[in-house]
Amino acid sequence: MANSIQALRNLPLDGRLAGGAGVSITPAEPMSRVSLRVKDKDVKAIGKALGVALPSKPKTSNMSGDRASAGRCALWIGPDEWLVLDGEGADIAGALAKTKAVISVVNISHRNTAILLEGQNAVDVLRAGCPQNLNDDVFPVGACSRTILGKAEVVIWRTDEQSYHVECWRSFSDYVFKFISQAAKGL
Amino acid sequence: MSGLYRIAGKGRLTPAKTVAFSFDGKSYTGLEGDTLASALLANGVVLTARSFKYHRPRGTMTEGSEEPNSMVGVRRDTARQQPNVRATMQEIYDGFQAVSQNRWPSLSFDIGSINSLLSPLFVAGFYYKTFMWPRVAWEKIYEPKIRAAAGLGLSPTEQDPDHYANKFAYADVVVVGGGPAGLSAALAAAKQGVSVVVCDENAEFGGALLYENDVEIDGKSGYDWAKDIEAQLAAMDNVTILPRTTAFGYYAHNMIGLCERITDHLAVPDADSPRERLWQIRAKKVIIAQGAIERHLVFANNDRPGIMMASAARSYLNKYGVAVGSKIGVYTACDSAYAAAFDLKEAGVDIPVIVDSRTDVDPALLERARELGLTVQTGHSVIDTTGKLRISGIKVAKNGQMANTKYDVDALLISGGWTPSLHLYSQSRAKPVWDGDVKRFLPENPVQDQVSVGACAGTDDLSDVISDAQSAALAAAKSLGVKKPKKISSPKKVTSHYGHAGDHIGSSHGAGADDAVKAFVDYQHDVVANDIRLAVREGMRSIEHVKRFTTTGMATDQGKTSNLHGLAIAADGLGKEIPQVGLTTFRSPFTPVSFGTIVNHGAGDLFDPVRRTPMHDWAVAQGAVFEDVGQWKRGWYFPQAGEDMRASVNRECKTVRESAGVFDASTLGKIEVVGPDAAKFLDIIYTNAWSTLKVGRCRYGIMTHEDGFIFDDGVVGRLAEDRFHVTTTTGGAAGVLNHMEDYLQTEFPELDVWLTSVSEQWGVIAVQGPKARDIIAPLVEGIDLSTESMPHMSVREGTICGVPTRLFRMSFTGEMGYEINVPADYAQSVLEAVWTNAQKYGACAYGTEAMHVLRAEKGYIIVGQETDGSITPHDAGLSWAVSKKKTDFVGIRGLMRDDLIAEGRKQLVGLKTKDPKIVLEEGAQIVADPNQPIPMKMLGHVTSSYWSENCGHSIALAIVEGGRSKMGDALYVPMLDRTIEVEVVDTVFVDQDGGRLNG
Repeated sequence: MANSIQALRNLPLDGRLAGGAGVSITPAEPMSRVSLRVKDKDVKAIGKALGVALPSKPKTSNMSGDRASAGRCALWIGPDEWLVLDGEGADIAGALAKTKAVISVVNISHRNTAILLEGQNAVDVLRAGCPQNLNDDVFPVGACSRTILGKAEVVIWRTDEQSYHVECWRSFSDYVFKFISQAAKGL
Repeated sequence: MSGLYRIAGKGRLTPAKTVAFSFDGKSYTGLEGDTLASALLANGVVLTARSFKYHRPRGTMTEGSEEPNSMVGVRRDTARQQPNVRATMQEIYDGFQAVSQNRWPSLSFDIGSINSLLSPLFVAGFYYKTFMWPRVAWEKIYEPKIRAAAGLGLSPTEQDPDHYANKFAYADVVVVGGGPAGLSAALAAAKQGVSVVVCDENAEFGGALLYENDVEIDGKSGYDWAKDIEAQLAAMDNVTILPRTTAFGYYAHNMIGLCERITDHLAVPDADSPRERLWQIRAKKVIIAQGAIERHLVFANNDRPGIMMASAARSYLNKYGVAVGSKIGVYTACDSAYAAAFDLKEAGVDIPVIVDSRTDVDPALLERARELGLTVQTGHSVIDTTGKLRISGIKVAKNGQMANTKYDVDALLISGGWTPSLHLYSQSRAKPVWDGDVKRFLPENPVQDQVSVGACAGTDDLSDVISDAQSAALAAAKSLGVKKPKKISSPKKVTSHYGHAGDHIGSSHGAGADDAVKAFVDYQHDVVANDIRLAVREGMRSIEHVKRFTTTGMATDQGKTSNLHGLAIAADGLGKEIPQVGLTTFRSPFTPVSFGTIVNHGAGDLFDPVRRTPMHDWAVAQGAVFEDVGQWKRGWYFPQAGEDMRASVNRECKTVRESAGVFDASTLGKIEVVGPDAAKFLDIIYTNAWSTLKVGRCRYGIMTHEDGFIFDDGVVGRLAEDRFHVTTTTGGAAGVLNHMEDYLQTEFPELDVWLTSVSEQWGVIAVQGPKARDIIAPLVEGIDLSTESMPHMSVREGTICGVPTRLFRMSFTGEMGYEINVPADYAQSVLEAVWTNAQKYGACAYGTEAMHVLRAEKGYIIVGQETDGSITPHDAGLSWAVSKKKTDFVGIRGLMRDDLIAEGRKQLVGLKTKDPKIVLEEGAQIVADPNQPIPMKMLGHVTSSYWSENCGHSIALAIVEGGRSKMGDALYVPMLDRTIEVEVVDTVFVDQDGGRLNG
């Protein structure tokens, strides 16, 4: 039965590149991702097991490393829901395998993909399609939100002053990438 | 030379900066900064349009967005053409082209003007009265003819190549209008550190200060003062200044819609630049500084080209250096018109007479007129005008008398006073308040967080305008939490020589109820004073009814100049006061907004997301023809050389049953249900039982709504005690998750279970057919594929091609089969490996059409095809999937209703045509006796129908009243050209004992 065929990974936005004045747009490298559901009482313990505290304040995130692409990141998505990312592709569910708490961990590493926006006009690109308030006082560095961009659901996460990480479902990534690319024209 | 009527030394345009443009094919020269209206006037072109209904010659009336007449078609190239552009708002550029509208064959000779002679026929309500009978003629004759004759301008025929942008923004203060009030408010607010957006629909900020050259503020001209404030604003980081930007809508929760026109004034726009941008701004505070709009006067033949608002003429002179005529009469009831007369006279233009309908006129104005040698006739009115394509004379009579003196003129300036612009205020749901003293509606009762300042709030004095605006801005800043507001100094000395006192509302002398004259109230819709009087005589009592009966105020200018006149004439006819008759509500948009702007990014590729599966490229490589399934592209059939759709589908269906087929099932909805109460929850959601399902096994489940009717179905696999992998229909994926979340959160929040969509986590490769196992076996590791170990309806986790898989053994074809779930990014690569093996067995790629035929051969339903929201599981022959033991599930009570358990409901059956070659039409009706009289008693309809190559005859599924008791009966399907005899049969056409599933 042994077989020598090893499946290769095809990334949905492979090779795409876009941008405009004051903004660059690139597909993110693959990450591991889980959708994590935890009850209030277990939030601390699960954060500890994960190596990154689960934020409890709406629209905030925590990182274990100094940047999104390294280490583990936990994004508040809903009252009992987090999007946990690992920029190095580590097994997130594995870290929670031993917990006694009643939780839900679902691997969505391939369901989502991400697009990175960088530059002083990055936020204006998002403003073309996201009706949320992305002003500095409301959406500072570290803020994240599940919202919409045009006609697609996305998670927008501000990873730095001029850097945004936009998550969407795989099949919507073509639309989201095109939307962002068009919005970057003629800002 | 940029036009004979351009006066050297006047206006602010640069004479050396000429631009060439054309109107109706004729070339002209204008200046950079001209609007089309100013450039045409400079060239002595006064006739610019034909009116909507009577095709009367018309010219520019105004210098702003309220323009009712000068609507033109603008053309950049064959694809970029826009009708109904207001010449007063369109800036020209080198090579600019415009054409007039609503005329044939030409503007000066227009056949349609015969309507004017027939005008006694075309009175208000004409259409309602004339085209009522016969009823059938409306659709066939009247409406098409009227539509062909109606409407202004021509729609572009090619796709718009421009792109349009959108911006959602949040601001502390949005200031609408960049005149003295708006600028003062914006600066005062901005100095407090709050974020400010200030917009103006014109190219330049300054409002009336752009042409009121009698204004001086602290030693500066009004214009310089405005430019200075604009410069201060531009230098502040917390301010966004938007010229050429119309605030067109005021919506709930202080949402303001802006349309920013980015390229329409440019000769060579940047290819990447959007043409227009929609701004959707949520403002904490809105300061409306929309200004006021000058009214015309309602007198006989008040619409001849060359008649225009006094302020417009002053603006053309002082902004553009254009005299709107060489011999200009003035007819006014308002002081401000004198300023226009004086400026023109001082520029050397002949002003034969100023007619003032008032008897009591400010002596200072009369004195100044005398100094300039101007004749003023107070207590007089213009009772008629002469001229054809341009005004040539006026008849002036003492008020109350018809004996008149004629004056030769080539232009007439008119002013009936100023109407505060309440459009945005009214759009915000606030009601205007009538002030009888000044005879104005005022914005005194805001209902959202807004304040009106300046002329739109009825403030005339410039000094008050500025200080009111500053106070409003300070109040706004305070309400936004600014603790210690910075002091804002008001100008110390504001002088302006001419006020805005005086007005006339309603018809003027000579246009009364007994005068059979055309005295226009609404220019754009050709409504005259007598139309409104007729409406009152015909029984209209509310201004809302008068408006709809006469269409006054219903044109694209929304009655900006006409509403108050119409209201006053109606009130007069009804013998009521103006506030008792009421003002109509203004609606967005303030001025027309292009569809491009409203749609913005949602055009072309971005009209709707196109979703492709992770194996899409493979299907393309196999030559798939795709079909749209919602947003998804799915492989429909995979034709080989020379095959049409039917041949391809026949081959695919046969190959699946003879060898195997490979199918992309990735679009199916998938939901991971996790938690100790997962089975309990599924027991509630589905009609069948899940607690009894063993780990590693699958079951087909049905979901109903509370009413007991089927709304989705799918196979569910149990991966662990507390983990289920639910599949849904492709179209139902999002709805099912919502439905489940709804019950979980609102009805059963106590359950420990969570739902996560994994539709796109997994690519799904279906391999179906007797050779399915042989095809996948060499690639799979860690799973025993034998039927003993992994029977039909089971699920295993292992690896395939070295990547994790959830391998389902299940079938939607009736053949032994597998659905290989792999992480989406690996799906294409795994499929390629599967395909390589599949080809060794002569297997095929098959698409959704073959999938439909194969499942119909087995009598498997498709939700939405066999079901229509009124079919229960029992109706569909799926009683076995409804638990008889469960005490609760969604739909259990619905299914107990008398009429859902009654005999004789429509039931799913199979149909075989007597002639095996005939394929029924889906949706065709079924009757018992084809010879009964029409309307026949219809028993049901065909839900699915195909040619079955495997059966060698056509097959169909249908829902038929009492269908299951009619097995073997002959029924009939009447069609237009023939009646088809069918036999009621079982729904399963292939492998009735199901042996192939377990192969």
